[in-house]
Formats: sequence, structure tokens, C-alpha cells
Amino acid sequence: MAIDAATVRKVARLARIAEPEERIEALAQELNGIMTWIEQLAEVDTDGVEPLTSVVDSGLPLRDDVVTMGGDPARVTSNAPKSVGNFFVVPKVVE
Amino acid sequence: MTQDSKQIQGRTGPWEIVLGLEVHAQVASKSKLFSGAAVGFGAGPNEQVSLVDAAMPGMLPVLNRFCVEQAVKTGLGLKAQINLKSRFDRKNYFYPDLPQGYQISQFDQPIVGEGVVSVERDDGTTFDVRIERLHLEQDAGKSLHDQDPNATYVDLNRAGTALMEIVSRPDMRTSEEAAAYVKKLRTILVYLGTCDGDMEKGNLRADVNVSVCRPGAYEKFRETGDFKHLGTRCEIKNVNSYRYIQQAIEYEARRQIEILEDGGKIDQETRLFDPTKLETRSMRSKEEAHDYRYFPDPDLLPLVLDAAWVKSIEETLPELPDAKKARLQSQYGLSAYDAGVLIIDADRADYFEAAAKGRDAKLVANWVTNELLAKLSAAGIEFTDSPLPSSDIAQLVELIENGTISSKIAKEVFEHMWAGEGRPAEIVEKRGLVQINDTGAIEKAIDDLITGNPDKAEAVKDKPQALGWFVGQVMKATGGKANPATVNELLRKKLGVE
Amino acid sequence: MSALTKLTLKAAVDGLAKGEFTSVELTRAHIDAVEAARGLNAYILETPEKALDMAAKSDARRALGDAGPLEGAPLGVKDLFCTEGVRTTACSKILENFVPTYESTVTKQLWRDGAVMLGKLNLDQFAMGSSNETSYFGPVTNPWRAQGSTKALTPGGSSGGSAAAVAADLCLGATATDTGGSIRQPAAFTGTVGIKPTYGRCSRWGVVAFASSLDQAGPIAKTVEDAALLLTSMAGHDPKDSTSLDIPVPDFTQFVGKSVKGLRIGIPKEYRVDNMPAEIEKLWADGIAWLKEAGCEIVDISLPHTKYALPAYYIVAPAEASSNLARYDGMRYGLREEGANLTEIYENTRASGFGDEVKRRILIGTYVLSAGYYDAYYLKALKVRRRIAEDFDNAWEKVDAILTPTAPSAAFGLGENSNDPIAMYLNDVFTVTTNLAGLPGLSLPAGLDANGLPLGLQIIGKPLDEGTVFSVAGAVERAAGFTAKASKWW
Ligand SMILES: [Mg+2]
Ligand SMILES: [Zn+2]
Repeated sequence: MAIDAATVRKVARLARIAEPEERIEALAQELNGIMTWIEQLAEVDTDGVEPLTSVVDSGLPLRDDVVTMGGDPARVTSNAPKSVGNFFVVPKVVE
Repeated sequence: MTQDSKQIQGRTGPWEIVLGLEVHAQVASKSKLFSGAAVGFGAGPNEQVSLVDAAMPGMLPVLNRFCVEQAVKTGLGLKAQINLKSRFDRKNYFYPDLPQGYQISQFDQPIVGEGVVSVERDDGTTFDVRIERLHLEQDAGKSLHDQDPNATYVDLNRAGTALMEIVSRPDMRTSEEAAAYVKKLRTILVYLGTCDGDMEKGNLRADVNVSVCRPGAYEKFRETGDFKHLGTRCEIKNVNSYRYIQQAIEYEARRQIEILEDGGKIDQETRLFDPTKLETRSMRSKEEAHDYRYFPDPDLLPLVLDAAWVKSIEETLPELPDAKKARLQSQYGLSAYDAGVLIIDADRADYFEAAAKGRDAKLVANWVTNELLAKLSAAGIEFTDSPLPSSDIAQLVELIENGTISSKIAKEVFEHMWAGEGRPAEIVEKRGLVQINDTGAIEKAIDDLITGNPDKAEAVKDKPQALGWFVGQVMKATGGKANPATVNELLRKKLGVE
Repeated sequence: MSALTKLTLKAAVDGLAKGEFTSVELTRAHIDAVEAARGLNAYILETPEKALDMAAKSDARRALGDAGPLEGAPLGVKDLFCTEGVRTTACSKILENFVPTYESTVTKQLWRDGAVMLGKLNLDQFAMGSSNETSYFGPVTNPWRAQGSTKALTPGGSSGGSAAAVAADLCLGATATDTGGSIRQPAAFTGTVGIKPTYGRCSRWGVVAFASSLDQAGPIAKTVEDAALLLTSMAGHDPKDSTSLDIPVPDFTQFVGKSVKGLRIGIPKEYRVDNMPAEIEKLWADGIAWLKEAGCEIVDISLPHTKYALPAYYIVAPAEASSNLARYDGMRYGLREEGANLTEIYENTRASGFGDEVKRRILIGTYVLSAGYYDAYYLKALKVRRRIAEDFDNAWEKVDAILTPTAPSAAFGLGENSNDPIAMYLNDVFTVTTNLAGLPGLSLPAGLDANGLPLGLQIIGKPLDEGTVFSVAGAVERAAGFTAKASKWW
């Protein structure tokens, strides 16, 4: 199996999603099923093929360096679970 | 610098340090890299935050042209390759001051490729630091841990600000070299105007990669390019002063040597320098392996630069420190040292050049690098804000050159100038400091002296070094205003000293 | 005034222009219909006061002779479009109480042109799903039922709320988004018309992102002409979206009704999949015959990498999603759960805030981007994506548009595929290719299956050639004469 329980735990941690221990095995099997199906891509000959990251083939547009936004902290924090004096208040970060 | 001075003596033999730096330089732009929010220092919390910076649902980045231009300019200043096609990638990790859950950066296709910086050591020797790359990326916000014992406050004003990350090769071997490199890099950036270089505000800060190895290993690495010859490195994050850079390196190298000498091994990790304890400590728990899952940002397209545009930027580049130094030496006949002191910032050099016009340049350089610089730095004043205009220094030197005052009197005049008493000529006039060139007056003073001290006048014939006493006495008698050259000449003649 | 809700958008706009009724009257009729249809669960937020206010203002503008192309027309908005001051959830618990302080570009343009907002429409959570069952607010029920059956069917997904609302006359048209087929498959399942335009036609600004390189907004409407009318308003260059195309938007309605004589229509052999119901085969054959009669030249073509489109999509889309959804972390907005430390708070928030399908895709996306797997999965998928795009490039040398079925089946029962992710993913087998290649694709209803359920045909066009797509769709629409409606049971 490509995806084992340890891989699921690692990936869930990377993605910051709590997965209860009793779900890990089933999840591994499920993800494995999907990845096995996906693996048919290996059949495609892609030697020398340039990866396609965007179908838009123009270059990146650039904007002028002018201040057009900001200056409204209340708007920025209006949906915050917690804020004090225009700061976002988040759980204690220990460094 | 000799091979030995690079070495650190351990219990089991000598060690050497290998240093590579990642310098983050904030682009001097008005707005952020991908949003129209203002960039600045000292605004209230979240005042300079757009919906894009706060990563609201559905918000999208749009690249700032000015920031691209600054990166190109900097790349050109580092004599580096400008990549006409580059790309933005997402670096994924979770942190409360990283609103998107990823940093937009450039991973395998940076805007600037390989370059080189020539760095001066304190002893005047130079060495090259190879630049691996320069890329554009977003800064994170700021977490305040001391506002509340149970919570962290987050201010996103800084989030999304454009940074240039300049990555060096591991070409520095001592903490002094690392500091000298950052100093030089800072000078170049400030010359270019692409970063204000304000380290106190964190606008220029360094991640220092430190490893240690046995003598000989580094040379093998340079021959082969294979990192296996080097030790495991630790990255000390966000060090923002020259002194801290040196202290952090000294501590970290010792720490690694101790571990290795005790038979341990170095974990590759990110560390933090604590300037109060003068030590580094691990930043993140060790089991938290990082996997940033870089991939091309699908909200952005490849950045394609027009070669003609790059050329037009190149044509507007100012004269850079190395070129300026060479020119000051050749054009004005300055010593490497004086030229080096003058090019530390472009304003200083400009000041010198303005004062030196039509004057004895070496003399001007002395006045600028010694007297004026000492006064300015004691007062904490920048060259651009100097209370004495360059024309005053020029006039002072002119007075010396045409014999109106002696160098000694000039020092006195300078003090009065600094005190705000007016232009040098006025001061000389007002205070009656004009040099006595009248041989008659000087001759009279000498004759009086010889008549009053016949024994000394006799003795000096066998002991010419005693002539100094006569010079001093004549100067005293003339209130310091006698032309010293004339005094010397007449004394020798009258005393019969060869 | 239920007759007013039966109008097409075009007929309603014309009626308003002639003064046959007011926008307030038209809007009121729709508000009543919406209230009466709560059992369908198409709307997750009704905004009747806002609607009536907008309608009154619209009537006032019209009285001043200042009427836009959509003046007074009440529309529904997929709850993936951020609407200023109106809760926007992406049908996820993690955004349950999120009220944007900004309006998406697409909806802003609709209001600019005079349209009226009735409320926010249900969808699969974060647009991830093909049956609307992943919505935090519960699935939408398809207004259509099989003949003689009361079994609840899916309206498709993710724009199931948009499709059902249009099919049940709960709005004159609706905004929708399509990342792998989320406009076209629900349109096919509900007997409505939906178009995903060329990638970059509609601004993504203010639309909750699922997979940025694939997401496109588009309309779901009652007729091809209505879809053209809506897309003309929704599309356009937006400097706030770096992938938005700086290309003028034609009046797409001008293409509807245009002759298709001489157009070369490609029939890709790879779209004839195993176990495809005979009725869909038959419908496709009908479509071919209609276009031949209309003077088109039918050309057999090959799109050899078609079967790899879905697996490639299931790498690219989750990879982008895993990163796009990292911002839902409970720090600045949205749900925040408790935890012993920061990591636990993140993990608990996201575990509780996201539904199972969303979590599944985030995990897949995280996995395929992680160290050691990037090249084998993500990079490989991008290369296959190039192959798929090249297939179409080759096809455009021979044909002007491509005709395919929209979905491999008619609407299925709610709950029928929910335990088998891959079976669910296969719903998008015919639609996902155009997302990967960035092409416009339109689905229109063309017939009924044996159970009386609608079936759709898809027309795929060249990049930026929505015009031809609308012309071909118009021809198929006329020939099919599809007039069936879901009989009202709700
Ligand atoms: Mg670094
Ligand atoms: Zn960096």
C-alpha cells in the first residue's frame, strides 16, 4: 500500500486536520483507492512534455506602486473570532 | 588574513567555520508586493492591511511593477544574471502571522540568478562572496507575545511587504567576514535605493547558516562543489545587527564544536539568537519536520521581463561603491583607506567631491574623514544633514592652501565653524587668525629668542633635534600665527643647523 | 403572479422594458416562489428585503430611462460568490458566520447591469462534489423526479442550488462556478443551460477559491439566449485578477440564432465510454443529426488522452485546494475550535469546520505536493494536462466545435454514490477536460430519458470562441425543442 497509516498521520498533521486514531486505517484505505486509480497516469508518455501550470499563455500583469487599499482595520477584523484594539487575538504562540 | 586566524582550537584539534547568508531586504516601495496597502513603519495595528493581505476568501494577488524593477536593479548591482522568465511559488506552512497559510515566494525560477559581491575586511584585504540568487517574496505579519499572558496579538501591517531574499554561497569563514559582507551588501542596496537598509526596523536582516568542519574540508568543497565535505548547518533566523551576527556565529560555532567533540551530531534546524543571553536556541520542536510543498502559484502567471526594459534599468544605475572607490583613488589620488571611508555612503562621497573641486583633494579628504566625520558621528548627524556645507570645508582648505592660516590654526577655525560662528574666512578675519608671513616680524622674534638663550642656541648646533623647542617658542611668541615653514627656514639659517 | 416566474430572463427583461410589470412585481413573485420551495433547499439564505429594495431602485432607474441590460431581473447567487454585507459560506461550517465586506467582481457587474439579488444558493462544500451532498446545509433536491416516483434525486453539483433554482423557476438565472463540471453537470441534471466560459473570461476576484487554475464562473439559465445574456454581463477583464483576460467581451446574444451552416463539428470517439446508457448514446446521435440538418459538417475526431483527464484533475485540483484552503485556520475569520496548543487549535478547527469530502481532497492535495511525491504525482499531472490541451489544439485544426454528452448518466438518487468517491468523480468525465484545457463548454437540455429525466448535450469551443458555442447551442436548442419542465411537487 502506498499510503499507510503513518503517511495519513503525517499528511493530516501537515494539513492541520485532526483525524481521530480510529479513522486513520479506513482513511488510508480510502486514499489508497483513489491514488491507485490516479496511478493510471503512469501510462501516459510525458517525456519531454512541458508541465502546464496555466492555460493563460500571456505574461503576468503588473500594477503601479500606489496605495489604493488599507486604512480600515475595523473592516479587516470585522469577522475575527477575537480581536482587541484592532489586533487579531489568536491562541498563545509559544516560540 | 592567515589560515590560522580562521581556526578555532577545540579539545580534539582545530576547526573552521563555514558561513552562508540569506539576507532579507525590504523593498523601498510605497505599497505591498501583491496588494495596494501601504508599506510603512509606525502605523496603528492592521492599519496597513488590505483584504488581500488578510487573505479574505476570494482575494487575489496582483504584482507590484516597482518591486520587480527594484529586484532587477539590485540584481544588476550585484553583477548578477537577470532571469527574463521567472515564477512565483507558494511555500505552504501554518502560522498565525501568515494569513494565506502560504508565503508567495520564488522557488526554482528566481528573478535574479548568480552574482558576486567584493567585500573588504577590516585590514583592507578583500574577498569575494558569490551570490546564488535573489528572489522576491512576501513578508509575514507580526506576532506580539507580551500583550496578554494567554494570547498572542497579530498585526498584519507587515504582511505582504515585498522582500528581496539574497542568498549567498557559503563563502564566509569568520564572523567578521559575515558582518563585513552584510555591511557591503547594505551599502550596495542603499546606493541603489532599492532598500533603506534600516536594520533597527528590521528592513534588512540576515538568516545565518553556520556549520563547522576540519581544516582542509572547505577547500575540498570548493574544488568539488559537494556539500558532503561540509558539516551539517544550522540556520539562525532574523539577526538584525552586525554585532548580533558576529555574536550569534561565535556562539553557534562553539556549540556545534562542543557537540561534535562529545561525539554527537548536529541536527539541521532553525535557531533563534537571544541577544540578552548571547546564545542561540532551537526554534521549532524537532519532530516537526518541515515540508513546504512548494508549487507554482496558480493565481499568478510566469513573470516575463522585456530585455529592453532591463537594459533601460541598467542605464539608470548609479555609480556603485566599488566603482566609486576606484574612481576616487585614481581621480583624486586618495589612499585606498580614505576612498573606502568616503564611499561608505554615497552622500559622504558626494560631499567630498563637492568640497574637493579645485582644491587639494587629499587635504579635503583628511578634513572630511577626520574632523568632520568625528564631529558628525559624535553628534549622530548624517552627512546629508551636516551643519557645515561642503563649501565651508572647501574654503577652509583654500585658506590653508594659500597660506592664510596654518593647519594648526585651521583646527581652531574648524572648532569655531562647528560652533556656528560663520564661514571660515569670516572667523579668521574676526578672530585675527591670519598667519604671519612677514619675515621681518618672525626674524625679530627669532633674534630675541637667540639673544635670550645663548646656551641653547649653541647646543642646537650639535643636537639638531632640539630645534623643535625654538619652533615652539617662536610660534608661542607669535600667537601661533607664524607660518611654520618660514619659522623653520629662518631658524635653521640663523642657528646654522643643516 | 406565478406566471411571472415562468418567464425566461429575456422575456422578463423585455416585459419590464415594455412596462408590462415592474421589477418589484417580478421580484415579489420570485420571493413567493422561493418561500414556497424551501423543501428543495436550493437557497441557503434568502434576502427578500434586499431584493425588494434593489427592485424598487431598479424601477426608479428605469423610470429615469437609465436601464441596464439586466434591469430589474431577479437572480440567485451561488454561495461561493462573496456578497457585501450578505453572509457567504461556501456551504462550509468553517465559514458559517462569515460576512464579506466586499462584493465579487462577477456579482458586482450583474448589479451594475440592473439585476436584483434574491439570495444565496446551495452548493457542494467549497464546490467539491457532484451531487450537492457535501453541503454543510444539506443537499438540494432536484425538482425533477422520475416518472411515477417520489424518490429524491440529486440536482448534481457543485452548483446544484443554482441549477435547481433555475429549473424550479426560483430565479430567472443564477451565477455558478465550474472547476471540473460544476456548472454543466447540474445543468444537465435539471434541464437547464449552463456555460463555463474560457478560463480567464470571468474574474475570480471575490469568488471563494477551490482550484485557481481551473475555477471559472458562468451562468445557469433557462435558455441558451438567457445564458448568453448573463455571460455578457458577468464576463470582462478585471485588473484585480492576474489571470483575467484583457480581451473585449462581445454581446454573446448576437451569436444565438446565427446560422451554423458550414461549421465543422467534431465527434470525439473517446467520449463513447463503457456502460454509457443507451439513451445518452441516442441523444448524442440525435444531436449529430440535428446539426447535420442545420448544415454542419460532422467530423470524427480523436482526443486520445481523455481518459486521463479525471485522474490528472484529481491531482491538480486537490493540490491547489489544499493550499487555497489553508487560510481557513480560525485566526482572522471563521470558525475557531478549542485546543491545548496552537497546533491542536488549527487541527480541531479544520477537522470540525471542513466536511469529509473537503478533508479528503485536502489530504490528497497535501500528499501529492509533499516531499518525494511532487514529481511522481503533481508534475506528472501537469504534463498530462499539457497532453490533454494538445489533443484539443490538434482537434481545432479540423473542427470549429465539439459535441459530446454532458454527463454519463441522468440525475441519480441522493445518497446513491456518496460512499464511493471514484464513482462520484466519474460524473465529471466529459466535462473536466475543458477545465484542464481552459476551453468554453456549454450544456443544454436536449431530451428526456426513459424515466422522463432531462439529459444534456455539451458543446465545447475553441479558446475565447464562446460565440460559436452559443450559435451551435442555439441550433441544437431549436432542433431539440426541449420544453419539458419538472412538474411542481414541492
Ligand atoms: Mg531563510
Ligand atoms: Zn525568505
